Amino acid sequence: MNLIYPEFEVARNTERCTKCGICVKQCPNGVHALKVDPTTGEQKLAADDSRCVDCQRCVVFCPVRALKIVKSGNVYRENAYWAQKTINEIHLQAEHSGVLLSSMGSPEPYPVYFDRILLNASQVTNPPIDPLREPMETRVSLGAKPKTIERDPAGRIVNNLGPQIELSLPVMFSAMSYGSISLNAHESLARAAEELGIMYNAGEGGLHESLYKYGRNTIVQVASGRFGVHPDYLNCGAAIEIKMGQGAKPGIGGHLPGTKIGADISRTRMIPEGTDAISPAPHHDIYSIEDLRQLVFSLKEATDYQKPVIVKIAAVHNAAAIASGIARSGADIIAIDGFRGGTGAAPTRIRDHVGIPIELALASVDQRLREEGIRDSVSLVVGGGIRSSADVVKAVALGADSVYIGTAALVALGCRLCRNCHAGRCAWGIATQDPELVKRLNPNTGYKRLVNLVRGWQHEIQEMMGGMGINAIESLRGNRLMLRGIGLNERELEILGIKHAGE
Amino acid sequence: MLREGQIRIPSGCAVAGVIDRLGRRFSGEVIIRSIAAMRDRSNGLGGGFAAYGIYPHYSQWYALHIFYDHHGAKVDCEQYLKQHFEIADQSPIPTRHMQEITDSPLIWRYFVNPIPARLYRCGMDQREYVARSVLAVNRQIDGAYVFSSGKNMGIFKGVGYPEDIARFYRLEEYEGYCFTAHGRYPTNTPGWWGGAHPFGLLDYSVVHNGEISSYDTNRRTIEMYGYSCTLQTDTEVIAYIVDYLHRAKGLTFDEIAQVLAPPFWQAIEEMPPEKRECAAYLRSTFASLLVNGPFSIIVGFSGGLLALNDRLKLRSMVVGEKGDVVYFASEEAAIRVVEPEPDRVWAPKGGEPVIVAQAGGTER
Amino acid sequence: MRIVADNLDSMKLNQRIRKASGSVLIDRCFGQRYIGSGSKDKKITIYGTPGNALGSYLDGATIIVHGNGQDMIGDTMNSGEIVIHGNAGDGLGYAMRGGMIFVRGSAGCRAGIHMKQYQDQKPALVIGGKAGSFLGEYMAGGMIIVLGLGIEDAPVGDFTGTGMHGGCIYIRTNRELAGLPAQVHSEIAAWEDKQEILPLLLRFGAHFGCDGRALADDRYYLLKPNTARPYAQLYTKN
Repeated sequence: MNLIYPEFEVARNTERCTKCGICVKQCPNGVHALKVDPTTGEQKLAADDSRCVDCQRCVVFCPVRALKIVKSGNVYRENAYWAQKTINEIHLQAEHSGVLLSSMGSPEPYPVYFDRILLNASQVTNPPIDPLREPMETRVSLGAKPKTIERDPAGRIVNNLGPQIELSLPVMFSAMSYGSISLNAHESLARAAEELGIMYNAGEGGLHESLYKYGRNTIVQVASGRFGVHPDYLNCGAAIEIKMGQGAKPGIGGHLPGTKIGADISRTRMIPEGTDAISPAPHHDIYSIEDLRQLVFSLKEATDYQKPVIVKIAAVHNAAAIASGIARSGADIIAIDGFRGGTGAAPTRIRDHVGIPIELALASVDQRLREEGIRDSVSLVVGGGIRSSADVVKAVALGADSVYIGTAALVALGCRLCRNCHAGRCAWGIATQDPELVKRLNPNTGYKRLVNLVRGWQHEIQEMMGGMGINAIESLRGNRLMLRGIGLNERELEILGIKHAGE
Repeated sequence: MLREGQIRIPSGCAVAGVIDRLGRRFSGEVIIRSIAAMRDRSNGLGGGFAAYGIYPHYSQWYALHIFYDHHGAKVDCEQYLKQHFEIADQSPIPTRHMQEITDSPLIWRYFVNPIPARLYRCGMDQREYVARSVLAVNRQIDGAYVFSSGKNMGIFKGVGYPEDIARFYRLEEYEGYCFTAHGRYPTNTPGWWGGAHPFGLLDYSVVHNGEISSYDTNRRTIEMYGYSCTLQTDTEVIAYIVDYLHRAKGLTFDEIAQVLAPPFWQAIEEMPPEKRECAAYLRSTFASLLVNGPFSIIVGFSGGLLALNDRLKLRSMVVGEKGDVVYFASEEAAIRVVEPEPDRVWAPKGGEPVIVAQAGGTER
Repeated sequence: MRIVADNLDSMKLNQRIRKASGSVLIDRCFGQRYIGSGSKDKKITIYGTPGNALGSYLDGATIIVHGNGQDMIGDTMNSGEIVIHGNAGDGLGYAMRGGMIFVRGSAGCRAGIHMKQYQDQKPALVIGGKAGSFLGEYMAGGMIIVLGLGIEDAPVGDFTGTGMHGGCIYIRTNRELAGLPAQVHSEIAAWEDKQEILPLLLRFGAHFGCDGRALADDRYYLLKPNTARPYAQLYTKN
């Protein structure tokens, strides 16, 4: 017996419904069923609300718009302290024990600093620039910049610039492993990255053999479990990312259950079928900052210093000091993942209570690296909650060289943020390995939708830059005078390094 | 009201410059007449000049020009100078009483060189020592402001129209091989002489027209290298960038121009391979020193001038040439008024630098 | 080719090794890291004390060390062979998925952590002396043998095989092995089990000049995971 009343109700307009049964086929959770009334012999569509996760698949695919999913009207007695959700979670644990497991970024109502920051525009003293008819450069190169200028005997500058990643705009698809998402999702990301001239990050699950051809637009990841890591893999990508942490679950490792490790994933991760793929939170070769340096350089050695190395951390309280340490450990790029970042599965309590917002982490890391005079020796990439081009512009103006987008990319592929990735029954063919469900995501349309999204953002970024009188995105990076806070207190403004609106 | 440095004040302006390639010296009268022709571009709230080659008798000494708000500041500052420098001469800068110029601070001039033992102990080169001392005075000594610190050159500036400022400083009595000038049109009353242009450090001086939109990116980057932008003006940050790139990084002025106003990526892609590599290198390496938004600047240095517009050519700049004398101004009229028959007059393209350097100048 | 390494830093030494073909002999090695990283087809012989991450991502090459090795030997090794005529430090064979590592002496903590097998790739780690704590942590495949030669006490430390969910560990000892984690199933290896490791014992004997066949007559514990999914029951879907 389920002690918890369903969260959603399937509202079916029987006047519209033609009993075509598409909803039955589309629902991966068995909510809808075509039943025959034993007395009348009439066919009837029934719904088991308790299975519904509000993924919206049936709603979108119902040809006559007969369906919608509504919030269950059933309520517990109102209590400002003991929310219905809280009570339900206690019931769940009392019933099943165990750690509560959730997916995607935290839905909790923490402050969103991006929404408390406003952008500037030029008036009179400095002209706005028309992005449609005048050049408006969004290209960035990520990687360490040289400390000294060297010249050959003829006085020409020697190119001592280390390996760089070139991006047509400061947006990349963040790390999502094959395993946590489907191969079709991966292929969509890879092809979109290639067409857009940006990077996607293959995540820690190795690289499927069919995707090696997108290597120039691929960031390959090395996590503590080292899945699929071998010399060809390292040399295939444009950059190597060491995953130290993830915004959705700082201090927690990855764990892909054996049930998701089919033949293909087993080959990609280079582990047997059906075994759990565990990558614990610590790299057991990294217990301190000097050990990180060792892993960074072992990867550089394995790739003959041809690839920039990214170190990715979760945004935590001490992020500024940690980033400063990373910058001195040979990393070319630091990626910081905020606590709004998504995940295929994370303990609910970790996701909702550990880490800090990316805006604050970014502001303090950028400022600290500048105070120490080492901002040029690394690039800064931030992710974990970037929802729109405005967030991108604000992140760059706070000091980021580029952003990572994960959730937004998945939404472009069809995700409705039902937050049930951990169940592995994604109706949209994204967070699943079920071949029937995976087929639902066609990479041919998937990649186009991603390209559309990012191109749209690019235009918007250019519009905002033009308004500020900036025609090269490097002049926006760290340009905090272009930002003003609204409704923020002194301390928040100080950390963000911005003035209040009106100042 | 907050004064310059406590608040950022956007401003528009006029700029002018003149240089003799052969190093022949001439009176400041020329530049005064040139900048005066662009009176409509100023609003009486700031004017100034940089003059090169004016101190031949003290050519091996750093000429410090200092504003003092009050006598106490002078006492403090001179104590600092005595600790750090040998002083060959010190005196008030000669000025003329002018009805148009009011509220002038105490204005003093010192010819100095680092105390050798001190210089040796700190292990810096001479120019670094002087630059750091200047930045230290401006940051630390309340009411004292070093506004010129090069050898055989000097900056003269204040609140007023540029031609009035020139008469106030008796600029026509100086002879130099190169002058630049600035008339300011701020959107606010700075009321402080230090805020006028040119802005200089060592022998680098910058006059600038426009308001840059990359200010905070540039400022936060250059402050990483030990500069502090106390004035919050575009000119100040550009001057520090020039000093950093030329003195600390050893870039040529041509390369500096490519950093300040780099070619568009598309243009870089179309360059021949060797040129492309160098252009991409400079752009990637010094991305945060790109100066964005409208500007026209004239950078003075020992033995030369660099004139540069922003990449989109959002501000005006005209260059004229007559024999070995080269003229620069925001408007052609300002050239014609002092040289009615130039051999050649042209407006350089956006991002295309015009560099005039004498043989034996500091151009590298 | 012979390289005298005492005046070379890691980067320079490795550049020279990469450029060399065939056999490389490194003399007077003092702590240079990443030697042989990703190497496919070389034989590298080292006299001295190579630094951390020796043979990381090794992909077919052979490395022989006459002396002690340090930490993280054979990190993420794919194939090839590493032979240490001395002791090894911590994290030996981290995440190795192929090839063989032989250590004549003892190994530090977390030897064989994350070791995994894959298709026909089955890594093997043979330690002549004793192994430190957390031997075979998170082990997902392959084979670890600890011989305990000259060791009176149990030749492994605490938490042996914790989180183990694949592969097997052989421990040669006459002592009782106590305090193994719940995820580990242990038994005394039968004759047939020992036949599985005989080729590795013979190879160990050949490398270090001892009778490998005789070693197979001794008493071994055989450790295997209790289940392939040790934490399947941990979570509640929320």
